[in-house]
Amino acid sequence: MSEMIAESPVRVDVPAMAPVPGSERKGLTKKELAADHPTWCPGCGDFSVLALYFKLIEKRKLTHEQFVSIAGIGCSSRFPYFVQAHGVHFIHGRALPFASGISLSRPDLHVFAFGGDGDAYSIGGNHFSHTARKNVKLTYVVMDNWVYGLTKKQTSPTSPLGFKSKTDPWGAVDYPINPMKQAIAAGATFVARTTSTNPNHVLAMMEAAMDHDGFSFIECLSECVEFYEGAFDAANPRKGGMFKEIPKDHDATDETAAYQLAGTDFPGYFGIFYNINKPTKNAKEAEINRGMMEKVKGLKDWQILQKTFDRLK
Amino acid sequence: MSDTMTAASPGGAPKVSRINEAVIRIAGNSQDGIQAIGGFLARLAGRSEQEVMTFMTIPPTISGGPSIFQVRIGSGEVLSAGDEADVLLALYQHSYEDHIGSLKRGGIVLFDADHVEPNPEWQKDYRHVGIPISTLAVEAIGGTAKDKGKNIYALGLIARTFDLNVPKLEKLIAERFGGKDESIVKNALVAFHAGYSYDIGNLLETFKFTEGPGKGGHQVVMNGNEALGYGFIAAGVRFGAGYPITPWTDVMELLRRELPKYGGSFIQCEDEIASISMAVGASYAGRVAVTGSSGPGISLKSEALGWAVMAEVPLVIVDVQRGGPSTGLPTSVEQSDLNIARFGSHGDSPRVVLAPANVEDCFYIAIEAVNIARKYNVPVFILSDQAIATRIEAFREPDLEKICQDISPDLTTVPDFTPYDLSAPDGVVPRVVPGTRIASGKYPVATGLEHDEAGHPTAAPKMHQAMVAKRRKKLLALQATVPVPKVYGPPEGNVLLVGWGSTQGPIREAVDRARAAGDSISSLHIKHLSPLPHGLDNIFSGFHHVFVVEMNDEGFYGYGQLAGMLRARYCDPRIRGINKTDGLTWKVKEILAAVKMKLSSNGQAAKTV
Repeated sequence: MSEMIAESPVRVDVPAMAPVPGSERKGLTKKELAADHPTWCPGCGDFSVLALYFKLIEKRKLTHEQFVSIAGIGCSSRFPYFVQAHGVHFIHGRALPFASGISLSRPDLHVFAFGGDGDAYSIGGNHFSHTARKNVKLTYVVMDNWVYGLTKKQTSPTSPLGFKSKTDPWGAVDYPINPMKQAIAAGATFVARTTSTNPNHVLAMMEAAMDHDGFSFIECLSECVEFYEGAFDAANPRKGGMFKEIPKDHDATDETAAYQLAGTDFPGYFGIFYNINKPTKNAKEAEINRGMMEKVKGLKDWQILQKTFDRLK
Repeated sequence: MSDTMTAASPGGAPKVSRINEAVIRIAGNSQDGIQAIGGFLARLAGRSEQEVMTFMTIPPTISGGPSIFQVRIGSGEVLSAGDEADVLLALYQHSYEDHIGSLKRGGIVLFDADHVEPNPEWQKDYRHVGIPISTLAVEAIGGTAKDKGKNIYALGLIARTFDLNVPKLEKLIAERFGGKDESIVKNALVAFHAGYSYDIGNLLETFKFTEGPGKGGHQVVMNGNEALGYGFIAAGVRFGAGYPITPWTDVMELLRRELPKYGGSFIQCEDEIASISMAVGASYAGRVAVTGSSGPGISLKSEALGWAVMAEVPLVIVDVQRGGPSTGLPTSVEQSDLNIARFGSHGDSPRVVLAPANVEDCFYIAIEAVNIARKYNVPVFILSDQAIATRIEAFREPDLEKICQDISPDLTTVPDFTPYDLSAPDGVVPRVVPGTRIASGKYPVATGLEHDEAGHPTAAPKMHQAMVAKRRKKLLALQATVPVPKVYGPPEGNVLLVGWGSTQGPIREAVDRARAAGDSISSLHIKHLSPLPHGLDNIFSGFHHVFVVEMNDEGFYGYGQLAGMLRARYCDPRIRGINKTDGLTWKVKEILAAVKMKLSSNGQAAKTV
C-alpha cells in the first residue's frame, strides 16, 4: 500500500489506508455498514449486490473512511445512500469521470462506482470507453437488468430485440449492446461477468476486481422483478437455467479468446473474461510528476512559481 | 504618439522626437512570427518599467491567414491597446490595404518593398517608408533562410526607429531561442542586427520614449490566460480537468505542463461533461479543483454545475468567452456569456460570477475565486474573454511567498457531521471530505437530490424550501463582504459608464478623453457580477444617465446582459445599454460616439456630455 501512495500524482498527507495484515481488528459488520433502508422493490437483484459489497468491505477489513461509493442516476445508482461510508449520488451517466477525479487525486482511497445499464452504456457510454482506455484505478459494478426501471419500463441499451416496453410497444427494434465486448474493445484491463443470483460468485468477482491495479469492470445481471421479470432465468439453476462458469482452460490474458467468450449466446459464461496488467493512468501521472518534481527538488511551491515568474520578466 | 519635444539637429542630421507613448501595429500572416515580435516588444516594455498593452487577431483557420499584433507602449498609464496606430508595419499587400485605415493620419507605414506596391493616393496622408525586408533578411541570414527571420529583422527596424534598448532585446532573443540549436540564436541575432543597422534615420526621424515615473519594483509580463493559470497554482489548486476549445485551451495547456512540478495533475478528458465531472470529483475529494472552457463547452457543463450547487461542493469554472451562439466566432471577443454564467443550468441555482478587468486581475481573481469556492462550498465562475486571454500586459510582480497558499484537506477525525446543517451560521457548513473518520459512525452522501440535513433524499415541501433558502443565504453572506466598486472620476455628474470584464481600459480612457474636453462623465467597473455588491443604487443616483457598456447584443428591449441584471435589481429606467457585437474590443471613439448618440436620442443636445 505504501507503494501506491508513493505513486500518487497528488501529494496528500494521509495515513496509509490498508489494515496491517494479520491485525486483530475485525471487519465492519453489516449493521455498521448499512445506512438508509434500500428503496428497491422486494425481490430486486440489487439487494444481493449490496449485501455482497458489505461482505467485501467486512472481509477485506476496510474501515468506513477508507473507501468511497459513487453512483450516477437510476434504481441501482441509489446504492451509496444504503452504505454507511463517504458516498456520492452524482448526475446521470457521469459516475465514472467523477470517480476518476477522486481516484487520481486521492490514491489513499478505494474507489467503487455503481450503476445500471442505462447509466453505464447509454448516457454514460462515452465515459465507459474512455475510463477503460485510460485504465484509471477504480472498480465499476454495473447492475444490468435490461430495462429502465426508475422511469418505469422503457427500452434500455441492453434490452434484447423484441422486448416490449413503453417506448417500444411492438418490441425493441435496436440491436442491444454487448457490454463485455465493449469493455474489452475499449481497453479495460479487468472484465468480469456475474449474476446477482449467485452470491459466492459475485463476491469472488468483487474481490478480484478490488485487487486489480487498474480499471476493473463487473457486469452483473440483476433482475428487475417489476418490469422485466424472468429476464435471467436461463442463467439461474433454481429457475431451470444454467450457470456456466468460464472454461478452466480459458486464458484471461488472451484478448481474442475473451472476445470470443463474450460473443456466446445468452446465458453465456460467468467469470473473469479478461485480466491483464498494464500501467494505470494513476501510475503514469505519478511517473510524470516524479520526473518533474525531481527538477525542482528542495524548492517550496512558491519558489517553483517564482522561478517561472523570473522568466516572465 | 504625442510629441513632447522635437530635437531637430542642424545640418540635416537625423532628427529625434521625444514621445511618451506609441501604438505599433504589425500586420502579416499568422505564420510570420508576428506575435513573437509583439511579445518581444511587450516584454521589453515590462523590463523597462513602462506600461504596455497588446491586441492581436488570429485567423480561426489552422495555418495561414492574415493576422495582426498591435502593441501600445507608454511611459505613462496605458489603458487600452489604442484606437489608431502611429506606425504600421505591413508585410504584404493585403496587410497594407486592410490596415492603412487603422493608421493615424500622418502616421508612418513601414512596408516590405518586396511584397507591397504602395498606393499613390495614400502617400499624401501617410508617410511611406519602403524597405525590402524579405530580401535583406535573407541576405543577412543566408540563402536557406527563405522567409524565416523576417520578423526578427523587422524587430531590428522597430528597435532603431524607437531607439529601444538593444542589450535588453538581445537578452530577450537569446532567452526565447536559447536551449535550441546554437545556430538559431545566432541567426536571430544576426537578423536583428541587420534590421537595426539599416539606415532608417535617413528616411525618417526616429523617436525616443521619455522617462516615465517608473513603476517601482519588478514587473512580470504575460497574457490573461497565463495569469489565470499561474493564479490557480498560487491559490493552491493541484487538480484540474478540461477539454480543448479556443480560447480556453492555453489555460489547460499551461496547467497540464506546470502542475506536475507541484505534485498536481491536469487531465484532458473525453468531453466537456467528463471534465467538469472529474474536476468536481477531485474537489469533493478535498482540494478545490478547476475546469474551464469557452461558450459551447460551458453549455455542456451546465448540468454538473447544478449538482455542485445542490451538493454544496466547491469548484472553479473558467469561461474564456468568445463570440456566440453555437460555434460562433471562435477567435473573436464577446461578453455574451454573463447570462449563462449567472443563470445557466436548471432550477434555482445561485452561484458566484467574477470577471477580471485586466491581466493582473486574472492572477488575483483566480485566487479569490478559489477562496470563495472553499469558504462557501459553491461553484465560482470566472468570466474572462478572448481579448484579455490573448493580450499581454506588464504588472507589478506579486509577492509569491506571501500569496501562495496551501489548501490541502484536513482529514482529522470529527465526532459527528451534519453535511447540510440548517442551523449553521449563514448556511455555511465546513466540509468533511472522504478519508475523514467520523466517530459517530454516520457518514454523509453528497447528493444532487433534494435532501435533509443529513443528506438523505427528501421531497418534503418544507425541507426543499429551507434548503433553497440555505443555498441562497450563503451567497447573501458573501454579498455582504463584496466591496463597493469605486467610481472612476467624480462621484456625481451627468453620465456614468458602467462596465465589466476586459472593457475597463477603453472605458476609462473614454472618460479621460471626454473629461479633458470638459464633459461630465465618470465610470464604474463591476468585478463581482453575482452576487452584485451592495450600494450601486447610491452610486447611480449621483448621475443623470447610466450607460452600461458591453460587448453583447442590445436584445429586444435595448440593453445588454449586465444592464438587464441591473435594471431587474434596481428598477431604474435611467440604466440603458451601449452595446456592440462586431467581435472586436471597444475603441475609445466608439464609446464616445455611442454616448453622444444616446444622449441626443434622449432629446438632449450632444454637447451636454
